[in-house]
Amino acid sequence: MTHSSFSWARWAVYGVLLLAALFFLAPLYVMLVTSFKTAEEIRAGNLLALPGALRWDAWSAAWGSACTGVDCAGLKPFFMNSVVMTVPAVLLSTAWGALNGYVLSLWKFRGSEVLFGFLLFGVFMPFQVVLLPMSQVLGWLGLSSSIAGLVLVHLLAGMAGTTLFFRNFYVAVPAELINAARIDGAGFWRIFWRIIFPMSTPILMVTLIWQFTNIWNDFLFGVAFSGADSKPITVGLNNLANTSSSVKAYNVDMAAALIAGLPTMIVYMLAGQYFVRGLTAGAVKG
Amino acid sequence: MASSLEIKGINKRFGKGDKQVEVLKSIDVTVEPGEFLILVGPSGCGKSTLLNIIAGLEEPSGGELRIGGRNVVGVPPAQRDIAMVFQSYALYPTMTVADNIGFALEMRNVPKPERQRRINEVARMLQMEHLLDRKPSQLSGGQRQRVAMGRALAREPQLFLFDEPLSNLDAKLRVEMRAEIKRLHQASGITSVYVTHDQIEAMTLGSRIAVMKGGVLQQLGTPDDIYNRPANTYVATFIGSPTMNLVAGQVGERGFGVAGGALPVSAPSAAQTLGLRPEHVALADAEGAAWRGEVSVVEPTGADTYVVVKTAAGDVTVRTAPGTPAPPGQAVGLTPHWSQAHWFDAQGERLSA
Repeated sequence: MTHSSFSWARWAVYGVLLLAALFFLAPLYVMLVTSFKTAEEIRAGNLLALPGALRWDAWSAAWGSACTGVDCAGLKPFFMNSVVMTVPAVLLSTAWGALNGYVLSLWKFRGSEVLFGFLLFGVFMPFQVVLLPMSQVLGWLGLSSSIAGLVLVHLLAGMAGTTLFFRNFYVAVPAELINAARIDGAGFWRIFWRIIFPMSTPILMVTLIWQFTNIWNDFLFGVAFSGADSKPITVGLNNLANTSSSVKAYNVDMAAALIAGLPTMIVYMLAGQYFVRGLTAGAVKG
Repeated sequence: MASSLEIKGINKRFGKGDKQVEVLKSIDVTVEPGEFLILVGPSGCGKSTLLNIIAGLEEPSGGELRIGGRNVVGVPPAQRDIAMVFQSYALYPTMTVADNIGFALEMRNVPKPERQRRINEVARMLQMEHLLDRKPSQLSGGQRQRVAMGRALAREPQLFLFDEPLSNLDAKLRVEMRAEIKRLHQASGITSVYVTHDQIEAMTLGSRIAVMKGGVLQQLGTPDDIYNRPANTYVATFIGSPTMNLVAGQVGERGFGVAGGALPVSAPSAAQTLGLRPEHVALADAEGAAWRGEVSVVEPTGADTYVVVKTAAGDVTVRTAPGTPAPPGQAVGLTPHWSQAHWFDAQGERLSA
């Protein structure tokens, strides 16, 4: 009796989970099949039907020859811009956050809690507020419309969040560990590199994924601060989809959107296990 | 090389203005080379703060501190040539046991072969050669404690500091490690300061004990001094288990007058409190006894049986041989060993008699 009702409930749970998974995977499925279809197959109107054959034409067009405005070089240059922007921005903002978190949790000084409180504004502040002043600052620094300027913007915008992550992780580190290292003769930097940083893998993974996703997917800063040849992929995708031609090439649009989204998906698949582990570890300890 | 430690007039205040709290009040202690000093007291008595000041993890508000004759106030902990064992062990979680032990040597640029030699020597001394490649998370509590000891030993410092190192261990392991610490101290001869709230640890390990309360040093002496000549009623009741019996009274014509009668003894004239350890009172027949009461609780511990006797002057605990017939409710007499009695004045200070 109990056994059968138990398994019935089990199946109900699986059913709900399956529905949720379908709900979120359906758009991905439509994008994927559409990107392999020909224009005729799309015009046939059956959204869910499989393509007649695996044709990569739309993918190569999206990558190398689709028009984004007047240029017709596909997403490739935008993709490269995004890589050149995202990699240093993610690494620098993570490193900065780790160092800030280390100081704010383990080397507290008079006023450090207040400073941390102010830093939290950066996490909750809508970034639209800083667009104009930031543009002014970039102009003064001579970084307007450059990839370096975008890296700087993402570094500043992400620093508050990365600091919060690392600070809350390091708060659980016992002060005795630092005292032991001080007595052993290690200083501020050696304690960080030899003892604290090697303990940080879970929160490091969380921060790297978080920052990569945010920076790669950012559109606001990309559209506001980039120049003709420093546009990131999100802006490129927008331009590609909005460039009007006689026929709307849905297959190319879908392939382009998948190309734009692929890196974050790959990062999550490679490091996702650490993401959940890191979040829960922080939750239990923090 | 054993070094001396001189603590002169050390003060420590936290906060400022009206909210200022004085956690250490003019502490003076001199520790001779090779001694094992125990700092003991209830939580909040300032013993850990004093240890942190010796270590250099906190700076005193005033006073002098000398290690091996050198004034170390303002000297960072790394340059004081000390090693410390922490309550939580504070092992570096991502390093192997060998790296944990060798870390301080590495920070001091000791060449690798020499480092390796010292690590092996310490591991042999603590019988943990088979653990050298493990991470702290793969060790039991007792093994972690050993590594923490090894980390301190590898340094061969001038001074060992222990901050309640055994309080995270279970009772059996605590007794084992206590003996181990004593053995290591005897073998190394390094001057040690050991903080604990456990009076058994204090009595068994210390060559001298400093009893603290409320930031004030109550008494500094050998375990024998502390136990047999407590300076005041606080020390008298803090050390010893079961605790010393204290009986309030007044010196009168017929002896020491307590509630319910007078005890036939010549007490110092200023005496207001009589102190009697449980082993210095014996049960007697109720009939004809000067001090009478009735048995309220019997506590057998195996080796001894403690009998709590309810008298008009308060409860008195008596240590008796196991199997002493003393059913609760029975009327008994009490015979103190007067030569072992302690007398305290109105302020609780010891009266030498």
